Amino acid sequence: MVSFILRRIVVSILILIAASFIMYVLAANSGDPLRDLEGSNSPNKDQLIAARVQALDLDVPPPLRWFLWLGGAAKCLIPFANACDLGLTIQNAEVTTILPTAMLATVQLVTLAFVLALVLGIVVGIATALRQYSGFDLSVTFVSFFLFSLPSFLVAVLLKEFIAIGFNNFLQRDPTIAPVAIVLIAVVAGLVWQVLIGGAFKRRAVVFGVSALATGLVLAYMSLSDWFLHPGLGPVGLLVLIAGTVVATTALVAGLSNRRVLLISGINGAIAYACYFALQGLFDVSTIGTLLILALVAIIVGIAIGFALGAHDKGQGMRAGAITALVTSGLVVLDRFMQSWPAYVDSPRINGRPIATVGAGTPGFGGDVWLSGIDTFTHLLLPTIALLLISFASYTRYSRSGLLEVLNQDYIRTARAKGLPERTVIVRHAFRNMLIPIATLVATDVGALLGGAVITERVFAISGMGALFASSLDRVDLNPIMGYFVVIAIMAILFNFLADLAYAVLDPRVRVRT
Amino acid sequence: MTQLAIEPSTPETESAGHESVAGQTQARLVFKRFVSNKIAMTSLIVLVLIVGFSISAIGIGPIPGWWKYDYVQLNPQNNGGAATLSLIPEWLGGAGIMLGEHPFGQSRIGVDYFAMTMRGIQNSFLVMVVIGGVGTIIGTVVGAIAGYYRGWVDSVLMRITDIFIVIPALVIGAVVGRTAGGLGAIVLAVLLAFVSWMSIARLVRAEFLTLREREFVEAARVAGASDMRIIFKHILPNAVGVVIVAATLLAAAAILLETALSYLGYGIRPPEVSLGRLISDNQSAFATRPWLYWWPATFIVLLALLVNFIGDGLRDAFDPRQKRFKRRKMREFVGQ
Repeated sequence: MVSFILRRIVVSILILIAASFIMYVLAANSGDPLRDLEGSNSPNKDQLIAARVQALDLDVPPPLRWFLWLGGAAKCLIPFANACDLGLTIQNAEVTTILPTAMLATVQLVTLAFVLALVLGIVVGIATALRQYSGFDLSVTFVSFFLFSLPSFLVAVLLKEFIAIGFNNFLQRDPTIAPVAIVLIAVVAGLVWQVLIGGAFKRRAVVFGVSALATGLVLAYMSLSDWFLHPGLGPVGLLVLIAGTVVATTALVAGLSNRRVLLISGINGAIAYACYFALQGLFDVSTIGTLLILALVAIIVGIAIGFALGAHDKGQGMRAGAITALVTSGLVVLDRFMQSWPAYVDSPRINGRPIATVGAGTPGFGGDVWLSGIDTFTHLLLPTIALLLISFASYTRYSRSGLLEVLNQDYIRTARAKGLPERTVIVRHAFRNMLIPIATLVATDVGALLGGAVITERVFAISGMGALFASSLDRVDLNPIMGYFVVIAIMAILFNFLADLAYAVLDPRVRVRT
Repeated sequence: MTQLAIEPSTPETESAGHESVAGQTQARLVFKRFVSNKIAMTSLIVLVLIVGFSISAIGIGPIPGWWKYDYVQLNPQNNGGAATLSLIPEWLGGAGIMLGEHPFGQSRIGVDYFAMTMRGIQNSFLVMVVIGGVGTIIGTVVGAIAGYYRGWVDSVLMRITDIFIVIPALVIGAVVGRTAGGLGAIVLAVLLAFVSWMSIARLVRAEFLTLREREFVEAARVAGASDMRIIFKHILPNAVGVVIVAATLLAAAAILLETALSYLGYGIRPPEVSLGRLISDNQSAFATRPWLYWWPATFIVLLALLVNFIGDGLRDAFDPRQKRFKRRKMREFVGQ
């Protein structure tokens, strides 16, 4: 194993060096870095050109200049010396100082989209696999093919036009929904739910009726109570949502017939509901750190209750407790964010049009953790949806085919044959093994995502890694291009390596060849 | 599908051994499975129709088409360049079914947008086919040689593949496009193909590694066949399913790559037109002249979608293990 890892590292470094050479020469030949100066009318034009040639070693031909660059980059390998030298940009900034800023922006942008795409993709993928060839499965298949075929900037521009501008107009003019629209949305929601749950005609009819009615009532309430301007869950809504979470978590983790787990989830839900009343004062003075500590405390409490009451199956109790505690306390925090929404929308810098189409935050927008949290949310909403839609499709397809393949295995038949309930077969036996191939996909995806979404970042004017690359290539600015390249190449190699290792660890059938 | 020339005596067909499939070649079986896939066949027909329509409309090369304008000539602006295509008949309150002077409207400088869109379809399709074709050929040759010879040849070729795979397609595509975007669609596409063959090489290599151990390869070698003959006449036909499916997916990815490059300004440059360039040029006009946006967008999504469906159908046809069994068809089959 050790020799496998060592050999892999040596080969990776050689690959990295060779790839950087190709990238360097290609990028250097893609254009003229002096073009903006040569076209300028400035009186000291020649001087400026000479200065840039001097600073960027442009008088050295690219293949040789690559050695100069490599020499500087190699200093990064010296530990603790802080001698990293990735060169200067055309504007004489150090590449090593602009890279971390760009990476931070990218990480902020892609994290949520990635997590959401993963969770939603796996959930929808499982649902489609369990209802193979149903109307739901076929529609999801069609939608994911459609998403595969959408150019990413097309999605982004449409989102800007319809979601951002449309929603802002809706808020500014008259935030009520017409009765016709409510009926229409309710009917569509009913149709979706009955397709999703499936079953015989009678069951479908009941599901359709109940879900359509519930949707209609909620929408009517939202419309009448000016909910879009003053959103909030309120004590009643929160109670309903927490109860739903408790039941859903229990059903997923242990099955509703397991009273003990239901009790654990219920206690956690009750604690969260009590916190909703008790913690409002603390919330008003909270910082991001407070919220993180609270989330941690919630998980610990959930695990502790699960451990204390778990009886013979403590693991199951702890899982149920932790999930319930995290989700329900999340709902409480969500309600607090909603309470700050009117203040955000009415603040002079926002001026009633909350959903932003460019940038990663309103410049110079202060405010407490709630207001700045909403500000980040409104700015990252659209790029997140744009990124989400595209990777969601591939996760859905992968988890669907993964689960279908696992369900055909003999051990699933064994599990069913010994009389396990279908929920246990799916969640405990099939789901875990389905995740193994997904782990590989996740690893490669994370590596690629950190490279930034070149297109999405440009459309939404977010200065992350992708935007750094695109703008540097526009100016044929070699050093930042190479800095960008080094980061994404290392990420790609590292995460591929991790994927291989994860596969070897998770799947005993795979052996590392040494 | 018939040009695949797969020998009838591959082990698969022999071991299949069912009465009703006796005497059918592998190619014939695949062809039948593909034709019976309604979605894939419809997609193929629509794709051919769209491309044929775009070629006949404005012609190709020196041959003129039936449409009266071309994609560079400036025309006087009619009604602000609005689209004149109308599909709502008069008795429904529309303007009647007619094409009008400029069915898709005019661009900001007055060029007929229908002609531009048709030219865009031609170029985008060309880019797609060239990247798919050339990329597949390179990938197949590299993968075949690496998988067949193994040893140091395999190591060297696969490390080269790794070197290219480290650089994301969009990044290296942007660098290549910035250099070659002005040289026309074909040059750009060929250069892009040189940086998008890696996944196919890996797939083909994996396929060759298993196939080369099979008895029919051994038999060919004993019979004195040369390496090249074994690779291209004996092993490759058996790996062709993997290659064709990967090629379609590569083609679908290629059209999106060209679109993304056009958006960054590194794709096909004016006066040439591609669908991606049309959209990215006109995105600021979205609110005022939406037709400049909708027509190319529709055709891009349509092209990519159709190719994806065809690829999916091919995968089902080549790999019946994942085929969607219909209960009724199964019963008919068993009943035969």
